[in-house]
Amino acid sequence: MKRRGVQLIGPINLDLEADGLTIVLGPNGSGKTSLLRLMHGLERPATGTVNWAMPDSNARMHQAYVFQTPTMMRRSVTDCIAYALTVMGAKRADARRGAQDYAKRVGLGHVLDRPAGVLSGGEKQKLALARALIRQPQILFLDEPCANLDGRATREIETILSEVRAQGTRIVMATHDLGQARRLADDVLFMLSGVVHEQSAAGQFFATPQTATAKAFLGGQIVE
Amino acid sequence: MNDLSQGLAEAIYRVATLDPELVNITLRSLQVTVTAVVIASAIALPLGAWLAVTRFWARRYVIAVLNALMGLPPVVVGLIVYVMLSRSGPFGVLGLLFTPTAMIIAQVIIVTPLIASIAHQALRDLWSEYHDLLISLNTTKRQRIATLLWDGRRALLTACLAGFGRAIGEVGAIMIVGGNIDNATRVLTTAIALETGKGNFSLALGLGFVLITLAIILNLAIHSLSRTERSNLW
Ligand SMILES: Nc1ncnc2c1ncn2[C@@H]1O[C@H](COP(=O)(O)OP(=O)(O)OP(=O)(O)O)[C@@H](O)[C@H]1O
Ligand SMILES: [Mg+2]
Repeated sequence: MKRRGVQLIGPINLDLEADGLTIVLGPNGSGKTSLLRLMHGLERPATGTVNWAMPDSNARMHQAYVFQTPTMMRRSVTDCIAYALTVMGAKRADARRGAQDYAKRVGLGHVLDRPAGVLSGGEKQKLALARALIRQPQILFLDEPCANLDGRATREIETILSEVRAQGTRIVMATHDLGQARRLADDVLFMLSGVVHEQSAAGQFFATPQTATAKAFLGGQIVE
Repeated sequence: MNDLSQGLAEAIYRVATLDPELVNITLRSLQVTVTAVVIASAIALPLGAWLAVTRFWARRYVIAVLNALMGLPPVVVGLIVYVMLSRSGPFGVLGLLFTPTAMIIAQVIIVTPLIASIAHQALRDLWSEYHDLLISLNTTKRQRIATLLWDGRRALLTACLAGFGRAIGEVGAIMIVGGNIDNATRVLTTAIALETGKGNFSLALGLGFVLITLAIILNLAIHSLSRTERSNLW
């Protein structure tokens, strides 16, 4: 992927299995967000393609994305979440009812009618998660969804993610929380300077990282 | 000086007693301008939203033309509409010259670029904020435009009010195409011009009071709207 003629990430050649939960790890600026955006089709690769094993030509319809800094629409929390359904053709009343259910699930039951813009950083992330989940995507991209959450909320979100994965949703998630990575990951993508430095099953990655840099990263050392 | 203070006193009396002529002219002014602003907004707001969400090669030129049209001298607009509507012009058969409809047409031409330009600026900012989300949610272009129009409604209302302010205070174009006919096409601004010319200061001043009051109300409305907009919540 290139921007202004500069190679930001890649070359990347990557295959993901049809189910499971992939954690994308890597230091700041290593290209985690760029990789997720590329997979979701928000960015176009300079060369090559992103293919999904889906009959539908419009893969984004079955995907949802939780942004690192979530966008809050100028609406109430309920309407903000319901919007993700109404644009798919759902009736407003149904969408609102569904939105309230999902808001309660992620722990926003007490702020349903507040303007989304006044929520705290953590609440905004929960809203973004509810907005993604309500579309019942086949593939769910999460860009550091727990970055602003306290321990309890993080655990609650992790429980929800595990449930969703059990129901067959493919999850690809970037995180800086190694503990969370250990708890959730089926397999790990370790990014460094824009390339996938290591891709392996979670158990293997955390026990015996293949590369020295991955080992250093896990040990909490600075890697460039 | 005596003339002036007497005129002032009479003007206040006319406003206070709702002088029929004054009321009549004010209502016509509002009718023409409100109609014009509603029509102009119906064109300009979707246009502004469309320009915000669409990328095409001529976009920059369209916006440049829009901004240029914003500075169009109203008198020239009046002249062009006059030529179009006059007996020998292309739309002469409609017999619209010197009717309120002609004045509405002229005002629509004057304020549409203004409203579209302000709307486009506001919605462009909103779009840069919403872009990733709305793309991710797989929205159609229609949905994107509708979303911007709804979520940007406060800024858009401000744009419409700005258009209203420009239209209600405009003299040149509506004088030309309306003809300032008593009881038919006479509005606040053209009446003020006429009465001042005739030396009838009391009516002119009374009309002036009404116009100023409308302008103040309008500015207060814009002010309070943009204040709530700045808190960026809805
Ligand atoms: N549109 C763009 N134009 C120029 N540079 C960009 C653009 N998008 C990303 N970059 C650069 O690409 C690199 C990778 O960015 P990316 O956001 O993918 O990192 P990240 O791994 O998500 O980092 P973090 O952990 O901080 O979220 C960064 O150096 C960033 O500055
Ligand atoms: Mg990132």
